[in-house]
Amino acid sequence: MQNDCLSFQQVLKPEVDMTDTISFQLNGKPTRIKVDGNRLLLWVLRTDLGLTGPKYGCGQGHCGCCTVLVNNVAWRSCLMSVSSVKDKDVVTIEGLEQDGRLHPVQKAFMAHDALQCGFCIPGQVLNAVSLLTKNPQPTREQIVQGMNNNFCRCGAHTRIVDAIQSAAAEMRGGPAQ
Amino acid sequence: MNTNDYLALNFKDIKDYSDLYPQSRRDFLKRLGGGIIVCVVMSGVLAAQAQETRRFRGFGRGLPSDFNAFLRIGEDGRVTGYTGKIEMGQGPITSLPQMLAEELDTPLDTVDIVMGDTDLCPWDMGTFGSMTTRMFGPALQAAAAEAKAVLLELAAESLKIPPAQLVAKDGAIFDKEKPEHRVTYGELTKGKKIERHIEGKPPLKDPAQFTVIGQPELHRDGRAKVTGAAHYAGDIRLPGMFYAKILRPPAHNATLKNVDTTPAQKIPGVQVVQQDNLIAVLHEFPDVAEAALAQIKAEFDVPEAKVDDKTIFDYLLRVAPSANVLASGGDLEAGRKLAVKTIETTYLDPYVAHAPMETHTALAQIEDGKATVWASTQNPFGAQQEIARALGFPTEQVRVITPFVGGGFGGKTYNQQAVEAAQLAKITGKPVQVMWSREEEFFFDTFQPAAIVKISSGVDASGKMAFWDYNVYYAGDRGSQQFYTVPNHRTSGHGRGWQGSEHPFRTGAWRAPGNNTNTFARESQIDQMAAAAGIDPVAFRLNNLSDEKMIRVLKTAAETFGWTPAKAPSQRGYGVACGIDAGTYVAAIAEVAVNTKTGAVQVKRVACAQDMGLVVNPEGAKIQMEGCITMGLGYALTEEIHFQGRKVLDTNFDTYEIPRYAWVPKMDTVILDARDQPPQGGGEPAIVLMGALMANAIHDATGARLCQLPMTPDRVKAAIQKV
Repeated sequence: MQNDCLSFQQVLKPEVDMTDTISFQLNGKPTRIKVDGNRLLLWVLRTDLGLTGPKYGCGQGHCGCCTVLVNNVAWRSCLMSVSSVKDKDVVTIEGLEQDGRLHPVQKAFMAHDALQCGFCIPGQVLNAVSLLTKNPQPTREQIVQGMNNNFCRCGAHTRIVDAIQSAAAEMRGGPAQ
Repeated sequence: MNTNDYLALNFKDIKDYSDLYPQSRRDFLKRLGGGIIVCVVMSGVLAAQAQETRRFRGFGRGLPSDFNAFLRIGEDGRVTGYTGKIEMGQGPITSLPQMLAEELDTPLDTVDIVMGDTDLCPWDMGTFGSMTTRMFGPALQAAAAEAKAVLLELAAESLKIPPAQLVAKDGAIFDKEKPEHRVTYGELTKGKKIERHIEGKPPLKDPAQFTVIGQPELHRDGRAKVTGAAHYAGDIRLPGMFYAKILRPPAHNATLKNVDTTPAQKIPGVQVVQQDNLIAVLHEFPDVAEAALAQIKAEFDVPEAKVDDKTIFDYLLRVAPSANVLASGGDLEAGRKLAVKTIETTYLDPYVAHAPMETHTALAQIEDGKATVWASTQNPFGAQQEIARALGFPTEQVRVITPFVGGGFGGKTYNQQAVEAAQLAKITGKPVQVMWSREEEFFFDTFQPAAIVKISSGVDASGKMAFWDYNVYYAGDRGSQQFYTVPNHRTSGHGRGWQGSEHPFRTGAWRAPGNNTNTFARESQIDQMAAAAGIDPVAFRLNNLSDEKMIRVLKTAAETFGWTPAKAPSQRGYGVACGIDAGTYVAAIAEVAVNTKTGAVQVKRVACAQDMGLVVNPEGAKIQMEGCITMGLGYALTEEIHFQGRKVLDTNFDTYEIPRYAWVPKMDTVILDARDQPPQGGGEPAIVLMGALMANAIHDATGARLCQLPMTPDRVKAAIQKV
C-alpha cells in the first residue's frame, strides 16, 4: 500500500497560491517551500513534505508525539509555525539515521525492546537525542525528568529509560551500563 | 472471559447473517500464486470462538463458515501466515511467527505475517480478550503442522527416501542417516501449487522439543518503529486525497438547531459536505480543514443535564436492574452468625478513557464500486460490516486494511471514524482521511463504565472467611468469581456490563473489562478483613486459599518482593493483590510512599508474578506485564472522566492525567514455568490488580482506606484526615 504514497516532489506544489517562501535544512537537505507561514510545522511536515514520522497525539503540546529537533533541540511541532524554523536545521525521525546507520538511541530502543504500539516512539527517540545532546551523562533521575513530558500509553517507560542510559554510555564510547 | 456481555458490538440490525461471512475464498486463494497453501478449520478453536461469539448480541450464528487459519509457503520457501488479528503493541507480529517457525522447523526470519486485511486474511472476531495466542495460535500451529506434513511427502518423493527416515530442520528436509541428502522448502515448493483444507487438531509437538517457542524475541517491528518507517492509518497517502474535519455537537444527544457553513465555503480549496447529520469540511491540508471548520456557525439544543460525575453513582443505583445471581453456596445467614467481624463496603469506579496515543483514524478510497479503507481498528472485519452497511455495499466490496495501530486497549473495537471516512469518500468521489482530534477521541470514546460494587463479608474467630455477599453493578461479571474459599457466599450482577442504556454516553470494553472493577473491590475487601482480624494480608490470603495455582503465584510474588509478615497498617506502605483474568493467575506486591500533607502517592516498586501457561515470547509477555502495571497506575490514581449530563468535560491531557515517567516504579516481573499447560492471556491480567494494589498499599502506609477510584491526592488527603 505504501506504493501509492506520494513522493516528496509530487506533494510540493509551488504554483498554488501560498504566501511565503521558507527555506530551512530538513533532514540534512536544503528545503524551500512556498507555504502560508502561519501553518503549523507538524502538518506541513506530515502533509506538504510527506514526512509522517512526527505524529499528532494531542495538538496542545502535552504528549510529545509530534516532537522534532530544531537546531538539535526537541520541539513540539504541533505548536510551532512553519515560519519559525526559517533558516534552521530541522530533523524528523526519518532523518536520524546517517548513511544507513541507526543513531545509538534508535539502536538502544530496539535492543531494550523499548516500544509497544510505537506511535509515541519517534517523539521519544528525538526527545532522548535532545536530552543527551544537552547532558551526555545523565543520571537515571535526570532521564526520568527529561522524558517526563513525553507520554506513552502502553507503558514502555522503564525500558525507554534503560535504553537511554545504555545509548548514553555508547555515545560516550564506553560499554553499555 | 466470563462475562455474558463480552462484546458490545451492536449487530442487532443485521438481517441476513450470511452477510457476516466472506463470500468467496476461492477468489483470493487464486490470487496467491504457487507454493503450498493450507487452510485449517479447527473445531476446538471454533468451539471456543463460538462460545465467545455467541456473546455477541444478536449474533446468532457464531462460526466462520470456512476456516480460521491459513498459511502459505511460497515458491521461494518463505512462510506467510495470515491472520485477522492486528498489531497494536501487544506483540503478535512477533509471537505468531514464532509459533509458525516452531511447527514448521524453519528459521524465524523466513516467516512473515499478514495481519488485519479483510481481503487476505481469514475471518476473525477481533483483537481483544487476550485471545490471539490462546485461541488463534493453535489453529495457526495446526496449519503449520499440516504444511510440514506436505513438505515431508514432497521430500520423500524427491529424495526417494521413506518419510519416516526424514528430518525437518532450518527450512530443509534431510535423510537422518545421510544429512547431505537434503532438499530445502523452497526447492520443494518451486513450481508446485498444492492446496490443503484440513480439520485441524492441536499440534502434538512436545514442548520439551521447542526451540523457538519460549525463547525471548525482540519486537520484529522495532526497526520500523524507531525509524518512522512504521505506517499507521494516518500516515497513508493517496494521490488527490482530502482531509476531513467533521462538525461535532457539544454534548451527546444534542440536536442541531441551525448551521451556517458559508464562511467555510469562502476559504479557497475547501469543500463543504452537508448530508443529513454529517457536516464536514474537506481540504488537501488537514490544518486548513480544521481552520475552516472553526468558521462554521452552528447552534445545538443540548439536553438538560441530569447527572454528573458526582451524582452518577446514586443515579445508577437508583435505576439499577435487579440482581442476577451468578454464583452461590452455603447459607449466608449462617455465615453472618459465624462471623466475629463483619465489613460492609461500597466501592466506586468512574468512567475511564482508553486514551491511546493514536486517535481513531481512517483513510477511505472508493474505486469501481469497491471501498478500500485503511483504519486504526482492533476489529477489521467488524469495520468491514459497519462500512458496508453505511455505504449500502455488499460486504465483499469493502476491504479493510489495518496498518500498525497506535494503541487500542479495547477502544478501537467500534469504527465510527472508518464509516465517516467511507461516507465522505462516497459523497465526494475522492480519497478522504478522517483523523479524530484528541477532543473528538475523548468525546466519542467508549469509556470503561462507571460501576459500583457492594460487599458484605465476615471473618470467623480462626481468621477464615465466614461469608461473602457480593453485588456488582454495571461492570459485568468478568473477575467477580470468588477464588478464595468461602463456605457461605453469593455473587450477584446488576446490569449488563457496559451495555446498559443508563450511561450518559457510550461505554465499552476497557483493557480487562469488568475485572479492574471487580478485583479492586474484592482485593480491597479481603485486605479489610485481614486488617480486622489482625492478620498479615499475605498470610490471611494464603489461609483462605485452596487453589494451588493461586497459592504458588502469590508465594512467588511475596518471595520476589521480599515480603515479611506484619498486620496492616504497618506504615511500610506495602500492598498486595491477587487476580485471575483470561485464564492467567496473577499476584503483585507494591511499596508506596504517601505524602500525608498533599495526599500524593509515589509507587517505589512492584513485584508481580503470573502463571499464564505456555509462554510463546517470554520477553513480550514481560513487556505486557510492565505495560499493565504502568497503565494501571492511571486508573488507580488519576484517571476519571468528568462530565455534566451528556457533555464530556475532559477534552485533552491537561485535565485527564495518564501515567508518566516519574510515576513508574521499579518492576520485578516473574512468569512461572507452566509450559505443559495451554497458553493463557497476557495482555490484560496484571492490570486488574492495580486499583486494589494501590488502595491496600496506601492503607498500609497511612491507615486510610480508599474505596473510590481514582485515588487522587485530594481523596487520599481527605481519607487520611478521617483516620
